[in-house]
Parts: sequence; C-alpha cells; structure tokens
Amino acid sequence: MKHITAVNRKAARIEEFARHERETRSASADGEADVVALESRQPGGPHIPLGCSLVFAPGWEVDSSGGTAGLCAPVERDLFDCHNGCFWPVQVPDHLNHSPDWTSKCAIAQQDWRKLDLIFP
Amino acid sequence: MTMLGLREFHPFEAAGERFLYMVPSAGVFHIDEASYDVLRALEGGAKSPEELTAALAEVYAAEDIAHALTELHDIRAIGDVRMPPERPLPVLPPEDFPLTTMVLNVTNKCNLACTYCYEYGEDKIVDTEFGSKPKFMSEETARESVDFMLKESGSNAVANLTFFGGETLLNFKVLKKTLAYAQEQAAVLGKQVRFSLTTNATLLRPEIIEWLVANEVGVTISIDGPKESQDEFRVFKNGMGSYEVMLPKIKELLKHHAAHYIGARVTLTRQNMDVVSIFRHLTEELGFGSVGFAPVTTADGRDYAIEGEGFEAMLAQFQELAEEFKTAALENRHHGFSNLNETLEEIHKGMSKAFPCGAGLGLVGVATDGDVALCHRFAGSDDHKIGSVQEGIDKTLQSRFLDTHHIAHKTDCHSCWARPLCAGGCYHEANTRYGTTAAPNLHYCDWIRTWTDTCLRVYGEIAAENPDYLKRYDREAQVSA
Repeated sequence: MKHITAVNRKAARIEEFARHERETRSASADGEADVVALESRQPGGPHIPLGCSLVFAPGWEVDSSGGTAGLCAPVERDLFDCHNGCFWPVQVPDHLNHSPDWTSKCAIAQQDWRKLDLIFP
Repeated sequence: MTMLGLREFHPFEAAGERFLYMVPSAGVFHIDEASYDVLRALEGGAKSPEELTAALAEVYAAEDIAHALTELHDIRAIGDVRMPPERPLPVLPPEDFPLTTMVLNVTNKCNLACTYCYEYGEDKIVDTEFGSKPKFMSEETARESVDFMLKESGSNAVANLTFFGGETLLNFKVLKKTLAYAQEQAAVLGKQVRFSLTTNATLLRPEIIEWLVANEVGVTISIDGPKESQDEFRVFKNGMGSYEVMLPKIKELLKHHAAHYIGARVTLTRQNMDVVSIFRHLTEELGFGSVGFAPVTTADGRDYAIEGEGFEAMLAQFQELAEEFKTAALENRHHGFSNLNETLEEIHKGMSKAFPCGAGLGLVGVATDGDVALCHRFAGSDDHKIGSVQEGIDKTLQSRFLDTHHIAHKTDCHSCWARPLCAGGCYHEANTRYGTTAAPNLHYCDWIRTWTDTCLRVYGEIAAENPDYLKRYDREAQVSA
C-alpha cells in the first residue's frame, strides 16, 4: 500500500487479506481463475456459504434424466427460492417500494412464472 | 454509479501523524495526507469517485486519488453507501473452548472489613456471612477443582490457577497442598500451571513469602495507597486501619520476590481519587513494579461512589500517568501503570471482543463448595452458576449465558467506536448498577471512549517514534484475573 500503512498486528492481517483479495480479483479478470459460483470454493479463496443446500431445494439442479421435469420443486422456483427461502439477496425487483405489483399476476409460480416481467425503471 | 461514503472508524493523531482505528476490525492504520483529504471530502456526504477526483484535483493527481480510494476501500474506511453497516453477528465460540484461568475462592472469610467490598459490602450478591457456603474450601474440593481445571484446559499446554478470597491467606494450608497437587497432576499430563493469588498482605509471613518465591506465584496486593488512603476503607473489623500492619510485610515481600511477579491493585473511591500520588507512593516509596487502578464497583448513590466530575478528575490523572508512560516507553524505560500497559497490548494485537472479558468462557470462578460461576466476583451466587467442579460446566447454561451477553445483543454498543475493546464492560459492575449482567455499562461510556482515545494516541506515538518497544506485546497473552 502506498497511502496507508498497517501499524498493529490486526492491520497487517487486513492488509494481507486485501492484497490476496486484489490478486484473486485480477487473476479472475485475466481469465485465469474460474468463476466462483455457489457450488465451488476456490483453493485459499473466500468461503461462500452454500445457501440452497440448507433448505434442501434442488432449484439449481437437473433431475436424474438431465431435465427439470422430475425435480421435487419446480425450476421456476429459482426466481424466488434464494430470495425467500435463504434470504440471499438475489436480483429480484424491490417489490416493497418500487414494484409492489411485480408478482401480482403470478399466483402460482410453476404455472404463472412467464407472467413475471422485467422491470424498466 | 457507485457513491462512496464513510464507514466506521475512529480517527486520531499522534506524533503529528494521522491514524485510523478501524471498527469493528480493530486494525490501526497510519494514513497519509491524500487519504486524509479523501476522508475529509466525504464528511459532507457521499460522493462518486469522479466527484472526489474533481474536488481534490487541485492538490492531487487523479491516479493518486484512485490509489487512495482503493486502499481506503480495502481497509473498509470507505465503501459503497448502499452497503449496510457491519453489525456484529452472534457467533458463539466452539463448545470445547479451553479454560485458561480458574479463580479459586479458597475462603470467603476476611480479616479486614473494607466497607466497599463487593463480597461483604452493601452491594454484595452472595450472603457471605450467613449463607450456606462453607467458609473455607476443603482440600478435597480444591483437588477436584484442579482436576476440573486441567480437564477443561483441553489442548492448552498452560493453565492459570489464581487463588482468591475473602482473604486468600486465611486458608494457606489448603493453598499449599493445592499448589503441590496441581504441579504433580500437571506433570503427569505434560502441562504447566502458572499460579497467582490476590491478598491484602496483612497475613504475609516469612514462611509464606518463601513459598511464593519458590513456586513463582504471582501476587496481586490490594492496597489503596498511602496511609490516609489505605486506612479510609481498608480497615480491620474494629475499625483500625491496615496500613501499618501491611507495610513491613509488603516491603519484605518486595525484597525477596521478583518485581514482575508482584502487582498492586488500587480501588478508587470518591474519597480516594488522587491517582498520581497513589501511584508515586506505591512505585517510588514502596517499590511496586506495576500498579493498576479500578473504580469501586457500586450501586448509584453510595457514599464512596465516583460520579460525574469524579470521573473527569480520574481521567485527567490517568492521562497524566499515560503521558509519563509514553515518555518512558520512548526511552525504553519501564513504567508501572498497568491499566495502560494492558490496553496497549490489546490495541497492538488488534483485539476485537465479542465479550468484555473471559468470564464464563476462558475464565471461571470457583466457590468454596466447588460451584463454578462466571468469575470470582460471582463465585457462590446461584444465579450466576454455570456448573460445578464435580460435575463440570453445564454447556446449556454456558451457551445461554454467552448468547445473551454477546456484543451482538448489546445494541447500545453498536454505534460506539470503542466497542472492540470495551464490549460493554464488566458483568459484575453491570449487575450491581443495572441488576443484570447483560446490560452494557452506560454510565461510563464517555469515560471509556476518552480513555481509549488516549491509549490509542500513546500507541500511535510509540509506533511512530519507537516501534521496537511494541515487540514486547507480541508475546502470548498474559492472563490476569
């Protein structure tokens, strides 16, 4: 670091962590590292909790035939699953403030999921 | 567009340089002018990197600002304003967390009758006079306690055993046997036990001093200062002051036992607040190598309670000693002000506490009958019992205690920058003041913040002028009870 110097031991560890984080970032930018997805953990990289495994929803998977028809929860549940079940901040519209009606046409997700539209701010 | 805003830290200056104490990480960073100016520019409200670069364009090149922003972002001094503030999560330590220190109340009897005493005075929580607990710990209970301690110390190679009272030396017979037993058992297990005790010194005699020296027992002496201070509250049951009785014995102890094993602990009261002259008396006239001060624990309105302006006066004197400490440290000289010494160690290591102390976790207090409580101050209290040496620690009670006392649940502390070091303060103090151990000690928040700021400035100054001095704090934690 050029502008900031670690003084105590904790600061040195933070600096080390930040350096490592930056290296990991630049390595991914060069295409050398894999995309860190929910199911993978980079060696020495950040620990990303496997949120969906906690609620036993196979939303991210395919069934034994490679399709989605046999899953015990419909694949369409992905739209809500992380957001509702795991409180994972997925990209759903803010239907508390700006888009309160976003889901109003979608009474049952597995039937009406096509009615969920994009939001144009 | 990313809008950057300030995140949580406490800025301070020392030796003409600027520093940040990061919250909650407890990292201490030195920052240069460019970083400082970025932080200043953000004080008025969030700005985008472009706005910041433009605002500081006259002084710094865009590249410099970009670097400073990255670094400030890395240490979490600034961040995207949409990011919620970091709040402590109630993550509990693992269930097999090892015990580092056991405080053994070998007796709850005392030959003195200090009016402010938390064990016998107006604010006591256990009926020490007519209660059901035995007055003295038996040899058997003491042995069971040692077994308990060694077992609970888990994978730790070292365990600390502190003898406490009442007046500890009233039960010297059991002390002696217990120490020998602990050494023997530790040897069998390939462990080491460090011993210490707290005493009012009135019962020291050559045989005891010899034993303390031979076994390298750390000794904390409760003493309030020169004669007039000591005799105000630290009196025998007939009202006679204890100064004259203890003085020759302390001198004898200091003559024979190495200085680093001996510390003085002073209780400050409204009547006894002259911190600097007490310090002088104890170090220069009596020869103590280290002196720690603590304001008396009391409910509001007691005659000896320190209140309002008293805290300010105490602070001013702490600061005077801190200044002296700093001068000594810059010249690599020892200074015995242990309050500051201990805080500097915590700052150096970057401790960020989920709990104010190790009570109920790495430290427990054992009552005369073998009941295990949060710490020595609660020993014998059924409300604060978490097990017994015979049956071990009740893990359910322990984790319930740890959960309710975690900093995550002390919402008053969440906006305070001093929380990594304070974490709400002493459970016993809170229990006496507010009737519950779970309350943060809000009556001394301002005091703690100003004092922590003073400690940070001293730390910054030593780090800038004599960084080698700080290496002494790299050693493993020295546990004191």
